[in-house]
Amino acid sequence: MEELHKSPAYPDRDRLYKGPIAIIECIEEIPCNPCEAACSNGAITIGESITNLPKMDFEKCVACGRCIPACPGLAIYIKDYTYSDTKALLSFPYEYYPLPEVNDIVEAVDRHGNTLCQAKVIKVRNPKSNDHTAVVTIEYPKEYFEEVISIKRIK
Amino acid sequence: MNRIIHHPILGEKKPSKEVVIYVDDKPIIAHEGEMIAAALIANGIFINRYTLHKHKPRGIYCAIGRCTDCIMTVDGVPNIRTCITEVKEGMRITTQKGAGVWQKEDQQ
Amino acid sequence: MIQTELAIVGAGPAGLSAAIEARRAGADVLLIDENARPGGQLFKQIHKFFGSRAHKAGTRGINIGTELLRESQELGIRTCLKGEVCGIENGQNLWVVIDRNRSEIVKAKKIILATGATENAVAFPGWDLPGIMGAGAAQTMINVNRVLPGRKVLMLGSGNVGVIVSYQLLQAGADVVAVLEAAPKLGGYGVHTAKVARAGVPFYVSHTVKQAFGTDHVEAVEIVKLDASFNQIPGTEHIMEADTVCLATGLTPLTELAWLAGCKFKYLPALGGHLPIHDDRMRTTKENIFVAGDITGIEEASTAMEEGRLAGINAAADLGYISEEEAKIRSREIWDSLNCLRSGYFGQKRRESKDLMLQTGNEVIQWKIH
Repeated sequence: MEELHKSPAYPDRDRLYKGPIAIIECIEEIPCNPCEAACSNGAITIGESITNLPKMDFEKCVACGRCIPACPGLAIYIKDYTYSDTKALLSFPYEYYPLPEVNDIVEAVDRHGNTLCQAKVIKVRNPKSNDHTAVVTIEYPKEYFEEVISIKRIK
Repeated sequence: MNRIIHHPILGEKKPSKEVVIYVDDKPIIAHEGEMIAAALIANGIFINRYTLHKHKPRGIYCAIGRCTDCIMTVDGVPNIRTCITEVKEGMRITTQKGAGVWQKEDQQ
Repeated sequence: MIQTELAIVGAGPAGLSAAIEARRAGADVLLIDENARPGGQLFKQIHKFFGSRAHKAGTRGINIGTELLRESQELGIRTCLKGEVCGIENGQNLWVVIDRNRSEIVKAKKIILATGATENAVAFPGWDLPGIMGAGAAQTMINVNRVLPGRKVLMLGSGNVGVIVSYQLLQAGADVVAVLEAAPKLGGYGVHTAKVARAGVPFYVSHTVKQAFGTDHVEAVEIVKLDASFNQIPGTEHIMEADTVCLATGLTPLTELAWLAGCKFKYLPALGGHLPIHDDRMRTTKENIFVAGDITGIEEASTAMEEGRLAGINAAADLGYISEEEAKIRSREIWDSLNCLRSGYFGQKRRESKDLMLQTGNEVIQWKIH
């Protein structure tokens, strides 16, 4: 987590809690740059050397979510702390069968797959352009805002 | 059964023409065009042969035709790499013991 | 006897890319592969590839494979499938067994060897039980053959192959009970590891398999902790239930044909062991023979495709279809891309070893462009 907070793509605390924002958990210099082109607002920069870490311009990010299915590492998600009084919102990539359905109650998990709380599925998008990387949106209790990053695989 | 029908990336498995093959004289259903080793796994058969000296069971190891762990006797010919050999209607496959025996004179 | 200007052995990412470049330049190409279908191991890579978006990054390997096949068909590249190359003579005659029942001699002016690699095994008591297999074997079964070799899988090795196949086993509906890593640190890209970790799969560093149990099939595995010198620490064993063990413990280049042809070799452990020496045009020490892809060192499909293009362009130049000048310019561009793919922390060792290889290759390889 400490490494994550130091990365040029992780928002500071103020920005993280201010409203919808894309978060890139990419902290190793691997040769990869599709996220840069996916952002039509030019918020993500990799630059000349494709092993550079992605840099995020948080002023330019409008949390549109186009970068989520573009990342081959499935390392980008969008969070919104301001979604409601008690709930936060998370949109994340999901590549398992079956997909969850809207209004399903699912188990929200942290980075190690531990179930932290229940969540409700708000939206499931899987257009052809995503090439089978569905983007699932859930609402979940605010107290788990930072820890929750995905859901348990539905079997 | 061990077939993967639904898949998040590859989609639904396309319907395949079924063929019957015989494993140690027992008929099983295979899909046209698939490799023998895959048809066996689909039918829950994991032993392809027994070793020459210690008679130990062997299954697939590399699945790309390199290691020869999955060899069986196919239509009378021993030592066929089942991971890269397609099934054919009516094919007769036997669990190979040791180096196997040629069962067809004309193939020698 | 079949005659051709350029014979390419292996229709995986490197061989296909080489064939496309050489054919596009005008060379007569014969692509030979022992399998019934071309594509090598690309069709089991169902994940989106990393790399530069200029080079198909973000595209799944399986779709890159389809694209390469489409291009090779459009160019009308002659392909000999179910053709096993069993020997090379005088650097130009290939002995090919076709369909396991007839023998052909292919006489070629130039040859590119793009034979790929095979998975390493690790021996422990019980390692030969059915259900214990290479990680790539499980990947072939689930993604190409669409059958599940097991439901409870233990993965040995946390490099990219280990974590990618673990993730794909989960996608196929299996459970992964654990990923073991003998080294004190995980080996794969963090983003691949993170996908598997958030699915709840436990990772054990400094651990290996002590033995596997079962009579006709693996049923359980005893794992053990390792000290800093990779010795097992007694008293740290514990048993895990598993019906499948996948070994993701590295690959070895398939270099037999290069040995047979009389190529000189160099030992570079970071690239997988003994490798045919090659120069910056992918020429070996044996006149008229080129190499590309994993035979030159274990890397990834993205680098294999670039090396294939390099070999294809230079073989075509050697045959007179591309000017010396143009071949140089295009080779330089491909080298820029290769250096890019080999940059950063993960590529560093490979890059250094490749530099050593090129140093030797450029020194000792003397045969001239005709």
